[in-house]
Amino acid sequence: MTVDADGAVTAPGTPAGLDRPPGPRTETIQLLTPEGERVEHPDYPLELTDDEIKDLYRDLVLVRRIDTEAIALQRQGELGIWASLLGQEAAQVGSGRALGPRDMAFPTYREHGVAWCRGLDPTRLLELFRGVSHGGWDPAAHKFHLYTIVIGSQTLHATGYAMGIQRDGAVGEDGEAAIVYFGDGATSQGDVNEAFIWASVFNAPIVFFCQNNQWAISEPLERQSRIPLYKRASGFGFPGLRVDGNDVLACLAVTRKAMQAAREGQGPTLIEAFTYRMGAHTTTDDPTRYRLASELQAWKLKDPIERVKAYLVRTGAADAAFLEGVDAEADDLGGRVRQACLEMPDPQPLAIFENVYAGPNALLDAEREQYAAYLDSFTGEEAR
Amino acid sequence: MTVLTLSKALNAGLRKALEDDPRVLVMGEDVGKLGGVFRVTDGLQKDFGEDRVVDTPLAESGIIGTAIGLALRGYRPVCEIQFDGFVFPAFDQIVSQLAKMRLRSLGQVTMPVTIRIPCGGGIGAVEHHSESPEALFAHTAGLRVVACANSTDAYAMIQQSIRCDDPVIFFEPKRRYWDKAEVDPAANLGAALPLDRARIVLDGTDVTLLCYGPMVRTCVESAVAARAEGRSVEVIDLRSLSPLDMETINGSVRRTGRCVVAHEAAVTGGLGAEIAARITEECFYQLESPVLRVGGFSTPYPPSRLEDHYLPDLDRVLDAVDRTFAV
Repeated sequence: MTVDADGAVTAPGTPAGLDRPPGPRTETIQLLTPEGERVEHPDYPLELTDDEIKDLYRDLVLVRRIDTEAIALQRQGELGIWASLLGQEAAQVGSGRALGPRDMAFPTYREHGVAWCRGLDPTRLLELFRGVSHGGWDPAAHKFHLYTIVIGSQTLHATGYAMGIQRDGAVGEDGEAAIVYFGDGATSQGDVNEAFIWASVFNAPIVFFCQNNQWAISEPLERQSRIPLYKRASGFGFPGLRVDGNDVLACLAVTRKAMQAAREGQGPTLIEAFTYRMGAHTTTDDPTRYRLASELQAWKLKDPIERVKAYLVRTGAADAAFLEGVDAEADDLGGRVRQACLEMPDPQPLAIFENVYAGPNALLDAEREQYAAYLDSFTGEEAR
Repeated sequence: MTVLTLSKALNAGLRKALEDDPRVLVMGEDVGKLGGVFRVTDGLQKDFGEDRVVDTPLAESGIIGTAIGLALRGYRPVCEIQFDGFVFPAFDQIVSQLAKMRLRSLGQVTMPVTIRIPCGGGIGAVEHHSESPEALFAHTAGLRVVACANSTDAYAMIQQSIRCDDPVIFFEPKRRYWDKAEVDPAANLGAALPLDRARIVLDGTDVTLLCYGPMVRTCVESAVAARAEGRSVEVIDLRSLSPLDMETINGSVRRTGRCVVAHEAAVTGGLGAEIAARITEECFYQLESPVLRVGGFSTPYPPSRLEDHYLPDLDRVLDAVDRTFAV
């Protein structure tokens, strides 16, 4: 498979005539090149101070450090599984930092960088992957919904939430909007397509943020789509665009603009952040079975962090002390994540029965009592 | 007191809920201008507007998925699935998302979503319009599953379901939509029988006949016929299918010593199997005979020219009642 610069996908064995480029050249919005050179885009002016760019750099490094620590914890048996965001830091931090405090984000299970931007303590993310809870944080507290594992389901939740924003009269100059994250694989799901339809016909204040990381576990993009994903939006009646997903500045700029349009009542936008899953799908996966090392090497040259670092160093915005300081902070964070994981207690056995229903449930209550009695029957042994 | 069809009683209950709580929404296919294919939502959009009575795109997963999002925003959506057989595109959202959201959030998220499903056969419909999928939902933790059988209950139960902070699957017996009964719009909802309680609709001493939804009328008629033959049948309308009101069920079975469970759904893996197992566990020494099930066959719902054979009628119910006395 090849994905060329204009996003046209060429698959071996493609029937003759069906591999035509899908129209005009695909434009990928970019504000910072892989070499760390700042470029301008007429539709996405972005005025950031050096300190603001340094903050983004810090976010990127810290988020990657959380990820690295979590992978290590899984390898050491402390987490059951981990879904790495390696390579997708810019897409997540750029979009995450574009959100206002009242906007609501709906993640998949890989949005650790967005969680960071929303202020959720990263150690809370570990509960799910350690098997202590299925999530457990309060979505309202950080305007960051629970991780959704079934692919694409959350796009409908976000759309419904956006319809709620409309009904609350919270669309307008000082409005709110929802953003929903999903991947290239999810675009094949019925729910995602239904969400596009709902959002379109109700003109819902929502941004569909697709991180096209090129792989749905082992299946390449060509198994999901013949056309660049962002072009699907036009069929649903709203704008779509592609952004360099490894460019934190561009991701910030396009998401800001799309969110503002949504808040003001201009309806949905599909953003395709063109990026790459540099690691495995999860820690249970072995990508060497289905993709070439050369592909990874090519994407490493487009690393989302290195280009910001190159920019900061070249322009003199950051000195060695700053970079070392960020690295030291990252190591502290890694240590804190590790310690929190190791200290995380298992839930009590009877927690199984909690939070299933809001009100009493006679049959479940009886089951709980029976199991409690059963546990109590093991006198002197570890039970409750 | 006023006499209403079951369909009109639901309409009145929905209207009351919309009046009482501005966060209540009605959403589904054709629920607006048309008033629903069974007219249960007739006139609601005219009075409450398109934002509160929402004609949705034609996609059931989308209806439930967006209802979840609206609930996250603080709304109380009442979704209509047009026919029982059309709920399956939404099954994933109901089972994997709606039912589990509370647990996923450790109780910090509530999902007050009511899903109305016209269910059952007997109206001469084409395929997918006569099914009884309640066991699939009763098997799913996190959902409450209820079935109304008459106008009186329908009016109260739909309001109770909407007020409930758990997701409720609300089954409506479509062949009874036109049955009439008394409804008291002035009655205090708090005085109504709680949503999770069964109701003894006919007292009896010889055998307990458990039923719900469209089978309640059939079972009452069966009990009346049995009485003429000198057999006293106690009929219980379960109303709540999850959780089951085992207190009421066990109380009756311990008195009568015999039990028949009747439903339209196939008996294999059906509610009757669960109920019979529980009665056997909890009332074994009071039982005079095995708990029997009478219901649909273990086949897909047949073409409508055969549905009278598939649906348990008065004679098949009485046959099962008789068999409990055969041992």
